[in-house]
Amino acid sequence: MTTIVNDNGFSLDDWGPEILDWSSVDTSAIDPGVAIDVPNTLESEDLASILDQVALIRIPFPTHVDGRGFTLARRLRLLGYKGRLRAFGHILADQYAKARRCGFDEVEIHDELAKRQPESQWSLGDDWRRLDYQERLRHQWC
Amino acid sequence: MYRYSEFDKDFVNHRVRQFRQQVERRIDGSLTEDEFKPLRLMNGLYLQLHAYMLRVAIPYGTLSSRQMRQLAWIADRWDKGYGHFTTRQNIQYNWPKLRDVPDILDALADVEMHAIQTSGNCVRNITADHFAGAAADEILDPRPTAELLRQWSTDHPEFAYLPRKFKIAITGSPADRAVTKAHDIGLRLLRNEVGEIGYEVVVGGGLGRTPMIGKVIREFLPEQDLLPYVESILQVYNALGRRDNKYKARVKITVHEHGIDTIRNLVEERFKVQRKQFGGADQQMLCEIKAAFTEPNYINASTEAFNLTLSSDLTFRAFVETNLHPHKNPDYSIVTISLKAHGETPGDATSQQMRVVANLAEQFGHDELRVSHEQNLILPHVHKKDIPEVYFALRKVGLATANVGLVSDIIACPGMDYCSLATARSIPIAQQIATRMDELKLEHDIGPLKIKISGCINACGHHHVGHIGILGLDRAGVENYQITIGGDGTETARLGDRAGPGLSVDELIPALERVVDTYLQIRKDKSETFLETYLRIGMEPFKEALYPEGNRPTRRRHAAL
Repeated sequence: MTTIVNDNGFSLDDWGPEILDWSSVDTSAIDPGVAIDVPNTLESEDLASILDQVALIRIPFPTHVDGRGFTLARRLRLLGYKGRLRAFGHILADQYAKARRCGFDEVEIHDELAKRQPESQWSLGDDWRRLDYQERLRHQWC
Repeated sequence: MYRYSEFDKDFVNHRVRQFRQQVERRIDGSLTEDEFKPLRLMNGLYLQLHAYMLRVAIPYGTLSSRQMRQLAWIADRWDKGYGHFTTRQNIQYNWPKLRDVPDILDALADVEMHAIQTSGNCVRNITADHFAGAAADEILDPRPTAELLRQWSTDHPEFAYLPRKFKIAITGSPADRAVTKAHDIGLRLLRNEVGEIGYEVVVGGGLGRTPMIGKVIREFLPEQDLLPYVESILQVYNALGRRDNKYKARVKITVHEHGIDTIRNLVEERFKVQRKQFGGADQQMLCEIKAAFTEPNYINASTEAFNLTLSSDLTFRAFVETNLHPHKNPDYSIVTISLKAHGETPGDATSQQMRVVANLAEQFGHDELRVSHEQNLILPHVHKKDIPEVYFALRKVGLATANVGLVSDIIACPGMDYCSLATARSIPIAQQIATRMDELKLEHDIGPLKIKISGCINACGHHHVGHIGILGLDRAGVENYQITIGGDGTETARLGDRAGPGLSVDELIPALERVVDTYLQIRKDKSETFLETYLRIGMEPFKEALYPEGNRPTRRRHAAL
């Protein structure tokens, strides 16, 4: 079982429909409102043509030291993706601010991790916005 | 010098509190050892051979006397009364206790210092020419750019979990004293034909087990495009860099495997988008940073005292010949303080020495200090009239060794004495070479000769770019030293050439002595340096010197049996 973490705290997944695997998606005939699991090795441009039709994209973090998902998330936002963006896997409470700053809305973690790192350890609410050098050096990217 | 803004202060203080909590969360089990590791590394804390090691950043090598005094105080309070200056403008404490580390970080924050991103697979401490802001040949001061990059890279959300570490160095002089071509990104500040400021950008340099000289990815990058361009390089690297093999994960391998042209195209593609993310706030910040790096308030006075001592004191003359470098103000000099006293550990300074240096900087050096990747300290602005007094004060604490750039001014990694990766000792080798060269009393005659020693293949001692490089390996439990000749870490960077089979620790010093002897015999005259002679004649005579009788060391050993 998994737990969803967003700025409001821990919750159960409220996303009902199936999340499709990227390999089964036909980009030329896509149903609006679809949810997709994409590999973190995906070229963001491969999704460019369907971004306005996708409602949720989930990017995996196989381990806490694999940062490819951060760049992919940011690229998708820069390409104009406005839907829900979810990081899924081994993301530590200490990485939540980075995930939010790269454009993720939420993080999905396994219950074992949620138990070890309870809600109080995550910089939720507005906390993740504090003390951000990037904020000072650039215009907002989202 | 740049002083912390309120934001910088808040950030660093917050970061210490955060790390304190992370240590507690490691102890209460919230974080596993595996999860804690990158967090502690990104706060400078390593686990070494005997103990924890804390690596403190000295961004672009610039320090005030107050900061140097605090480093001395930390060495006394929480360590064994000394610190080790490294090849990346950091200082390492070798014996801190884990529970003391947050307090040490607090003490650093008190003087606007930190240990952030001195380790981990992130953008590391930004290094720069150690003569920045002072050298006569400088076109533009690289420190404002370095400070901008420090702020930009600090806690960057996208680039904290890269395939591998990422090092950026910058120079603003035609003479490259920052080894920029052996960095993941090397930047050289310059002006184009119409006088605009920009950077030559080099990518994919690095030493380690697969040494590479960086390749030019952009010949002229306008100043205002720096952050989006560097960000584009890192985006390409983060997505493309290999994560299956840590030895193939550095950007040099990414560039090598895909080719510089492919990487350049990808970067330029990203750059079109990234550029729109920066709307001038970064340039406003750069402007403010530049205003903080003002020239010192130069003294107008006669340099007669300098000339008098020069003509009357031979030891002072030797010091002047090697340890002074031309300053942009002709009445001033840049004074390098060698941390390579013959027989001592290269790069180590005691707390007492640090205090003496801090006092001299305050009294005679416009309160500025630098540390160099060559593991020496520098007083960047000393009026010539004061140099004799500085010299005699340094001499009292064993800091007046006149050997900068000479054969005993050796870069050495910590090696087997401290490091858990090392396969051989490097510090004792450096000590033995320096002691022997001092006995021979030849080093001033030999002239510029850079020996660099690494105690393992990871090459922290930069041996590939040493005029003579020494790599210590383990051969079936016995230390074995491989020699390279002809390396160069400057603007004419090249990797040294392998001379032949490795030597045992007993064979090494006599062999090096023969190499030096050979150079003295075959050089055109005293003005031809060791490197120039090597490039003119090649390996053959040096090979003969290393392996006399044409025999390989292993065969000789058999013959002796």
